[in-house]
Amino acid sequence: MRFFLAFVFLSTCFSINAQTKKASTAKTSVTAVSSIAAGKAVYTQYCVTCHQANGGGVPNLNPPLIKTSQVLGEKTKLINILLKGLDTHEEINGDTYENVMPSQSFLTDKQIADVLTYVRNSFGNKASAVVAADVKTARAKIK
Amino acid sequence: MKSLKILKTFILLSTVLLAHSYVNAQQASPGLTLPAGFKASVVADKLGKARHIAFNSKGDLFVKLDRSKNGGIVMLKSNGNSFEQTPAFGNYSGTGIAIHDGYLYASSNKEVFRYKLNDQQQVSDPSKPETVVTGLIDRGQHNSKSIAFDNDDNLYVNIGAYSNSCQQKDRQKGSMGREGCPILDSAGGIWQFKADKLNQTYGDGTRYATGLRNVVGLDWNKQTNTLFVMQHGRDQLHDLFPDLYTEQQSAELPAECMYELKKDDNAGWPYLYYDQLQKKKIVAPEYGGDGKKEADNKYIDPAAAFPGHMAPNALLFYTGSQFPEKYKNGAFIAFHGSWNRSPQQEGYFVAFVPFKDGKPAGDWEIFAKGFAGTDKVVSTNEAQHRPCGLAQGPDGSLYVSDDVKGTIYKISYQK
Ligand code: HEC
Repeated sequence: MRFFLAFVFLSTCFSINAQTKKASTAKTSVTAVSSIAAGKAVYTQYCVTCHQANGGGVPNLNPPLIKTSQVLGEKTKLINILLKGLDTHEEINGDTYENVMPSQSFLTDKQIADVLTYVRNSFGNKASAVVAADVKTARAKIK
Repeated sequence: MKSLKILKTFILLSTVLLAHSYVNAQQASPGLTLPAGFKASVVADKLGKARHIAFNSKGDLFVKLDRSKNGGIVMLKSNGNSFEQTPAFGNYSGTGIAIHDGYLYASSNKEVFRYKLNDQQQVSDPSKPETVVTGLIDRGQHNSKSIAFDNDDNLYVNIGAYSNSCQQKDRQKGSMGREGCPILDSAGGIWQFKADKLNQTYGDGTRYATGLRNVVGLDWNKQTNTLFVMQHGRDQLHDLFPDLYTEQQSAELPAECMYELKKDDNAGWPYLYYDQLQKKKIVAPEYGGDGKKEADNKYIDPAAAFPGHMAPNALLFYTGSQFPEKYKNGAFIAFHGSWNRSPQQEGYFVAFVPFKDGKPAGDWEIFAKGFAGTDKVVSTNEAQHRPCGLAQGPDGSLYVSDDVKGTIYKISYQK
């Protein structure tokens, strides 16, 4: 048991250490950092049920949001998935998912930007931030 | 320098810990917790997404694989105490598999096929199945077609509803229910077909029972001569109606229900759900419910109710004599494990319900647990194995399939 505690303690130290290092080398901007924090709250309220706390999704049902070409890819496409929802069941990194993703268009431009920035910088992802103006432009094109 | 030392200690400690868990994994008991006198072993592994399983009379085990690229059915040939894996066949995904009257039946997500068994009870021509049922609806959600047979040559097929609760916009917060839910015409129920007639579709079968959102586990009870099914209850009460349900209520509700079905029964989906805490049928919020309003009594009551979202994927009435008397004719249920519970997932175990005179006779209990490999699953993909299928071996042992890693467990009792 003592052994185990020591392990937990040490690995916590280790991962904190690693995180600080990562953040400083990536030089993430202050705005992106606050967007990520706000995005996490949106994720916890509107996405976590399906995509899960670790972003790993649910096998066969809901896709993982981890390093897929779409999640790391073109922002407009990603914004449109949130605005319109998704029910195409196309392959995502080699697998398909049976559930439907409802439209998230009730979220504000900022909420959508924040949650996508959070997703693109969590679960091992690293991609540029999405800003509210991007969402505004995409939303205007749908109407 | 100091951090290097810490790193070294860290590596050393994790090696020790990893080595320790490796030894555990090598032990005969695959980490399951069972009642006294029972033991478990792994008889096959890494098969793929092993869904339902069925034995022939020689003790060979047929496994239905989902989303397999090299064949959708695999036979594990019995060598007495162990099994030998034979080449897979059938190029379709799916869940259902059963043996009936000299044939192996297996389902894709749209069809039911069958293969003639030879005198060794093996499939003689795996490349030429007959199509028994075709053209069943598959719109992604709840598309698995589980199968069961009665004693009168009828085949029962679950056709799950392609929706959570028949909202105008599926899973959209606040969206209300579609009036006279049209999904029920072709799904959301159990259909009955002839076991020995080919190329049947909706027009040839009858909708045996309706108002069932999605049934994955079902079994014919030979004592009562009736079909029992396990329904997957609706999801996301809190996400969709946050003013009516707290996150905690939404985690527990609604019940996962066991129903005993008679012809033309209606279990009430999407208009109601069963609340196992109030022990009442409650009107669904999509249809004007408020969490308290009771539903019409024309809908049937469950035979047994379990906590929400645990996903019962298999049901088996135990007819063997290897297990102690208490288990005779009782129901084993494989709970696949939840995804829409917060803050932590539940299920990932095999439960047991004792039966007497064809009715549940006591509370349900956990029979086998530990499949997930951890006591606490927060995100579903942390579960290392998820129980999905059940079968009773010729010697009365219980077999459990797992559709994460494709492990087959054998659970036996020794006096
Ligand atoms: C009801 C369940 C559900 C909810 C809630 C949900 N999603 Fe999804 N999501 C899905 C499903 C299912 C798919 C895949 C649909 C398909 O393949 O047709 C998907 C797809 C996606 C994709 C595309 C993934 C890829 O790599 O192609 C992204 C990005 C995404 N969701 C983000 C989100 C975010 C962000 C939220 C919260 C604002 C959210 N989802 C809420 C179920 C859900």
